[in-house]
Amino acid sequence: MAGSTPASATADRSQGKAVTGVSPWAEAWRRFKRHRLAYWSLWILGALVLAVLVGPLFYKVGINDIDFQARLAGPGGKHPMGTDDLGRDILARMLYGGRISLAVGFAAMLMAITVGVIVGSIAGIARGWVDTALMWVTDLFLSLPQLPLLLLLIFLFRDPLKNLFGLELGIFILIVAVIGGFRWMPVARLVRAQFFSLREKEFVEAARALGASVPRQVVRHILPNSLGPVIVAASIDVAAAIIAESTLSFLGLGFPPDIPTWGRILYDGRDYMDMAVHWALFPGTAIFITVLTINFIGDGLRDALDPRQVL
Amino acid sequence: MFNYILRRLLIALPSLLGISLILFTVLALAPGDPFEELAQNPNVPPEVRLALRAQFGLDDPIWQRYFHWLLNMVRGDWGFSFVSRINVDELVGQRLPVTIAVIGMSQVLALAVALPVGVLAAVKPYSWFDRIASTFAFIGFSLPTFFTGVLFILFFSIYLGWLPFVYRADLPETGWQWWWAHFKQSIMPIMVLGLFQAASWMRYVRSSVLDVIRLDYVTTARSKGLAERVVINKHVVRNALIPVVTLVALQMPAVFGGAIVTEQIFRIPGIGSLLIDAILRNDTPVIMAVTFVFSALVIVFNLIADILYGWLDPRISYR
Repeated sequence: MAGSTPASATADRSQGKAVTGVSPWAEAWRRFKRHRLAYWSLWILGALVLAVLVGPLFYKVGINDIDFQARLAGPGGKHPMGTDDLGRDILARMLYGGRISLAVGFAAMLMAITVGVIVGSIAGIARGWVDTALMWVTDLFLSLPQLPLLLLLIFLFRDPLKNLFGLELGIFILIVAVIGGFRWMPVARLVRAQFFSLREKEFVEAARALGASVPRQVVRHILPNSLGPVIVAASIDVAAAIIAESTLSFLGLGFPPDIPTWGRILYDGRDYMDMAVHWALFPGTAIFITVLTINFIGDGLRDALDPRQVL
Repeated sequence: MFNYILRRLLIALPSLLGISLILFTVLALAPGDPFEELAQNPNVPPEVRLALRAQFGLDDPIWQRYFHWLLNMVRGDWGFSFVSRINVDELVGQRLPVTIAVIGMSQVLALAVALPVGVLAAVKPYSWFDRIASTFAFIGFSLPTFFTGVLFILFFSIYLGWLPFVYRADLPETGWQWWWAHFKQSIMPIMVLGLFQAASWMRYVRSSVLDVIRLDYVTTARSKGLAERVVINKHVVRNALIPVVTLVALQMPAVFGGAIVTEQIFRIPGIGSLLIDAILRNDTPVIMAVTFVFSALVIVFNLIADILYGWLDPRISYR
């Protein structure tokens, strides 16, 4: 996803000069910056990711350290986000859980995009019965009730994968595969639609006339030009995957209780809402802010990369 | 119109079959015996278990089992719940009305909010109303339903003490009192689900109206001297709704997902909470039936969307 953080700082300066030197990414970055909310969301999300990645190096409190003197303690003093019913520090658990929640979000997005791009490209370039069959499968997946099936799959395959890869990794692979496996359909449709219009364009015809094979046409010419909408969809998918993971944890069918993801902390804190509001509020707010900033960034990326689409 | 509906039904049938095939394959591929629960239960003698295995045809090849299961589903024999000790179709029949009522009411609420707000925002794009509405829409669909539910309980039940946070199917009141209590306990689940939907629908309505409002026929209607209200209601909204209906139909699976979460938060006795219970207690026939009912509901709602489509755009029905 090279497009999500274009690094060129020269975008603004080159504006006044000749337009010829501006690369497409710099142009996209300039348009992205015009979307104020998206621009600030990028900073907030960046800070959040940094906090989750680097935070545990500086905040050295174990996620399972029990402080009996401060059970269900409110935020402040020794425990900046308070403690839970066993006296475990919520900030430490939030930092740890954030890594998992964000990792699940990105991994599931990568999986959904990969499957979607492959299915969409094949359907878009093959036409005929291959296209019909693939689109039928796509539509079928779109009309599946996703959450019930997610729950069912996790329930059925949790134990075998746990034995195969170990507790944490097994559940991680399962959840990523299952969430990713139910999010690829919009991407496949997008890519297919892009292929339908791009493969008739002159530059592809030129490549064909020069004797480029079909895979070369796809990889070198059509695919790079259809990436804009895919990047937008990818950003939205990260948010959707984070919500899906939290939902599973919240229903008690995600990660096991000893792995505190944000959804899991919220689920545990729900029963103590009258005594310790902070326990449920912090993880919930973290999920909300992450999802909100990602959605704003997606909106900004849409303005930047896919100007035709209004939605 | 009748032909159109019939044709749509015929298209829906293969999808339903495909879903049932996927469901069945998942369950068949999954490790573990659906009768494990029964095997561990000392009250069930082994011969009963073997008889049940034979009755459910668990020793047959997979494709035979699939057709057997399909035939039973069609005949209305959905099996027996090991945990609740009653027939699955009765169990689902008891739980389904509550779910349908909550989902239906929340969709009505979502429509009642999203349609006027979306149209108003699109009529004056980038006005202060549009900005506020769009920001709220973003916040609305970034707030996961489980967190909104928790916040609502926190505010309305614990802080203000206005509304009960557990949904009860067996209310002690009678008459008007019953209706009032029922209304009070339904507000929060419907709001949680409805506002989440309203947020994303509002964006659909807004962008779709924006697409339509610049078209020439709208200018024509205005220059004929029609009142702005008539132009918007009769000419713009009706045509703008066509793509919205498609998007709404595509969102249906997400709505059912939200319904499961909402039922779990407020402990509503619907099929969503039934599914969670069944999964946690390994009650295979119930899991199977409820997942299938959810699939069928998704397809039914898609069908309704298709019919609405035909009503909104008469050209479609005659094709």
